[in-house]
Parts: sequence; structure tokens; C-alpha cells
Amino acid sequence: MSARGQPPAIEVVAAGPLTTVQDAGRVGWRHLGVACAGALDGDAAALANRLVGNRPDDAVLEFTLSGPSLRFAAPVRVALCGALVDAVFETDDGRACPIGHGRPVDLPPGTLRVGRPRMGVRAWLALSGGIDVPLVMGSRSTDLRGSFGGLDGRRLQAGDRLPLGPGGWHPVQRPAQPTWWTEFDDPLPAEPCIRYVPSGHSQATSLAQRHWRLDPRSDRQGLRLKGDSLACTRVDEVSAAVAPGTIQLPPDGQPIVLLADAQVTGGYPRLGHVAAVDLPRLAQLAPGQAVAWRAIDALESRRLWAHRRAQWYRLMRGLDARLAPGTPADLI
Amino acid sequence: MTSRDTPRIETLADDAWLVRLGEAIDPGTLRRVHELVRGLRDDRPPGVVDIVPAYTSVGVFLDPRRTEPTRVRAWLEAQLAARTDRAADDAGSRLVEIPVVYGGEWGPDLEDAAGSLGMEADALARRHASGDYTVAMIGFAPGFPYLAGLDPALALPRLATPRTHVPAGSVAIGGAQTGIYPRSSPGGWRILGRTPLTLFDPTRDAPALLQPGDRVRFRAIDPGAFDRLKEQPS
Repeated sequence: MSARGQPPAIEVVAAGPLTTVQDAGRVGWRHLGVACAGALDGDAAALANRLVGNRPDDAVLEFTLSGPSLRFAAPVRVALCGALVDAVFETDDGRACPIGHGRPVDLPPGTLRVGRPRMGVRAWLALSGGIDVPLVMGSRSTDLRGSFGGLDGRRLQAGDRLPLGPGGWHPVQRPAQPTWWTEFDDPLPAEPCIRYVPSGHSQATSLAQRHWRLDPRSDRQGLRLKGDSLACTRVDEVSAAVAPGTIQLPPDGQPIVLLADAQVTGGYPRLGHVAAVDLPRLAQLAPGQAVAWRAIDALESRRLWAHRRAQWYRLMRGLDARLAPGTPADLI
Repeated sequence: MTSRDTPRIETLADDAWLVRLGEAIDPGTLRRVHELVRGLRDDRPPGVVDIVPAYTSVGVFLDPRRTEPTRVRAWLEAQLAARTDRAADDAGSRLVEIPVVYGGEWGPDLEDAAGSLGMEADALARRHASGDYTVAMIGFAPGFPYLAGLDPALALPRLATPRTHVPAGSVAIGGAQTGIYPRSSPGGWRILGRTPLTLFDPTRDAPALLQPGDRVRFRAIDPGAFDRLKEQPS
């Protein structure tokens, strides 16, 4: 049985180091210098939304390295996707229980404490109804560099209140979750291999022949690679459009892979672009982690992407059956 | 000659193409960029989500759930083939006037910049304000216009150490370019003055005051006018 109506806002008890409101991103404004922003793994965010009955582009919370603690004054359905994280729910009368990953979880009033990912660095938390911050230029995503969108254009902090949109939820007395779970991507191996399409730059294929580690200075704007410098003969090019996944070669020879918060134009020489199928995997690279590169051609890259989409639709069809009315939720 | 270069279409991402119309920054190439952008916008097929001009190129982004990269490429090729080599005249572009207070606390680099160019501060302000500029592209930050058309005699090197805080509205020269900081941010360009206008407000219907391809003129105003204009809603 589900109720409908306007649930009270959620209180952020602890925010974690970098927790932001993100949706499918801000599209159509690049010509005005506005970055896409949006969940770094759009599929994980969409999956979490699907599990709680939201639209795929509803706003979720993205967190990095450690999750938030959230207090709910009313029942809510939540789902955690992305990196595998430990999460515990505490009811107001002091009972605690672990919360599963990749499944819909119905919660009574209480506090959800999301810990550190066991593998990977980022995960997404969807809440039924979606985070209902105002749309800014068509999106609820936080633009950290522009300081707009999301919650006042910034990362969450303790004491924030997050409004939820109207959504169906199950007024449970105790946490309820099914024993089944689902995820879309395999966890990253210790030394993941990222596929990319090389440009015509003389150093483009050298990327795959060197050892790289992720520089800790990486953020949502770009991943910095650390390793034997690549020769950078041309210092500057005329600025031109760049995209999430563009691999730039700055003068120090240490490549930068742009992510969703990147500026829209850039003047560094380009080594190529990350295959779209591997873009979401970049979100899970940890500081200091080794990362290998493999060159593929553009046709192969598009084929891999089409294959990923086909897998996605199969996953969604399977979930439609599981999430049919009256989702069986085992009491725990 | 650059303006006769054959356009090249490069892969920018699995969901984006980059059309290169030349290699070097020159007025002819820039006019062709903006002419192409106008043509592409007027004839945009479903699934093309972003068209991003720069000095010598146009980035075209698509939603791969709604269209195919190869289909968009074929559309770009047809658009380029249909285009004659005529450069766009300025008739189709907007002219936007930007009021600026030059010098003083509003333009802390004006005196030094004028000194290094061997001219009086007033002369530098006058020559900067008398230019006829075009918004070549918007980048660096939301709403930051890179203006083409700076008098080459006014080119100034960037500061060796960028400022940590450049106030919003600062009008500045960096190399052979001039631009306006839409919001306070770090920056290394030489600040000649400041406009009271709000260049970027994500909550406005038209978030950016300037669009790529717009023509821009600066008008020198006094600090009193700055305060009056600042009080008006943007």
C-alpha cells in the first residue's frame, strides 16, 4: 500500500566530503559556457531512480569517498547504486539494521548513515519523489564552479534540508527490503583498463604504452594522470569545444581527462576521447589507483556503446517485472 | 589563405563532432564560424543538443538516444556543401552596448597598462572603448565572452601571477583578446574597467547577456552612472 502526498524535507545530519544534488545534467547551454554537470555515472543514478519509482532524470545525491547521514521525519523509499557502500539505518527507538545495495528499501522515520565505499569511490542515493530543488536552466544538477543549481550551487553540509518531490512510498514501521539486488556495472578491477579513441596527435597512442596512476588532485572537472610525461611539442592550440571524456595533454605532459564539470572549451592538444561506454567507470577511479589505457577505433567505441544500451534495456525490462505493483519486500 | 581552408569534421567524442573551419584566429574564419552556427541552428534536426562555436571551429553535440552520430555527420556535410564561401555580413547579428567605468578602483590595471603601452590612461580607455568587437565564443566560465576585434596595439601580456579575486563585471585585456568577467573569480587578465551590467544570471530567461556572434561596443560612463545602473534590475 502506498501513500501519496508531500513528505517533509530530509535533514542532512552529516554531509560527507563531497555530496551534491545531481540529475541527468544540464544540456543545451554549452554555447554560453555552461558545463553539463550531472551524475558522473548517469546509468547508476538512473538505476537508483528506477528502483524507487522515480523518472530516470530525477535528482539524486552523488557522494564521493564517504556518504551522508540523513534524517527522515516520514517514511521514504531509497536505493543506493554505484560503488558498494556500507549503510546502516537507525530507527528513532534505537534499533539499527544494515541497508542493502542495488535494491528498493522502504524506511520508517529515522536516520540513514551511509559509510565508505568498499570498492570504487562514488555512489548515488535515490529517494522516492526525487530531490526537489528548483530547476535552473532546465536541470537540478549542482554546478560547483558556477555556484548554481542543486542546493544553492554548493556541496551539502550538515544542517541542510532537502525537499522531496511528491512520490509514492510505503508507510512501513520497520525497514523493509527485498533479498534480491541488482547492479549494472561490474566493480572495477584493481588495475582497470579504460578504452579510448586516439586523435591524430603524435602522442595519442603512447597513452596506452605508459603506466599511469590517478593524481589525488582529480575532481569532477577532470581526472589528472600521473606517470612518465608524454612529449608535448605544441604548447597551445586555438581553443575549441571539449567534451566529458576529452583527453588533454597540457605542457607538463601529464594528461587530464575531462569529466562532467569541465569547462566547455579548451586549448590544450588532445590525445583523443574516452569511449562513451567507459565514461561511467572513470567515476570509480580512486586517488593513486593504477589505470591502463587501450586504444580502440571510433566504430568499435560506438558498437560497445550500443551493446551497453541493449544491456540496459534488458535490465530495465527485468526490473519492470520485479517492481510490478506490490513489490514484495521481505521484512528484516 | 585560411578562409579558403576546406572544412574538416573530426571526432570530438562518441556523441560529438568538431567542425574545423581554419587553423588560425582571423576575422574571416570567425565570420564563417558564426555563419555556419546560424545555419546549423536554423536547421537543427532532432537529437542535436548543443552547437558550440569557437574561434576556428564548431562543436556539435548529439543525444545518442535520439539520433545516430553518422546521421548527424551526414547533416553536417550537407550543411557545409550547401554553404557558399560568402562570409556573413553583420546584418544578422545583435549590437549590445556595454557601459564601463574605466580606471580607478574599477580598473586597477589601467594606469600600469597604459604605461607599458606608452600612452596616457585616458587614451587607452578611449581606444579600448572605440573598438568594434564580436563575441567570438563564450568559455572559461558561464557567460564569459571572448571578444575579437581588439586593436592589436592594445595587446597586453597576462599578469605573471593571476589575481585571486577579480570582481564581477571587470573588463580586461589578456594577450590579444578582451573580455568581461561575469562573476568574481580568479583571473590573470589586465583589468581596465568595470561594467554594472550582470553578464550571467542562471535564473534569468536569457541567462547570458551576450551570445556568440553578437557585436559589442563599450561606452565609457562615470562612477555615478555605474551606481545608478547597478541599482536597476538586470
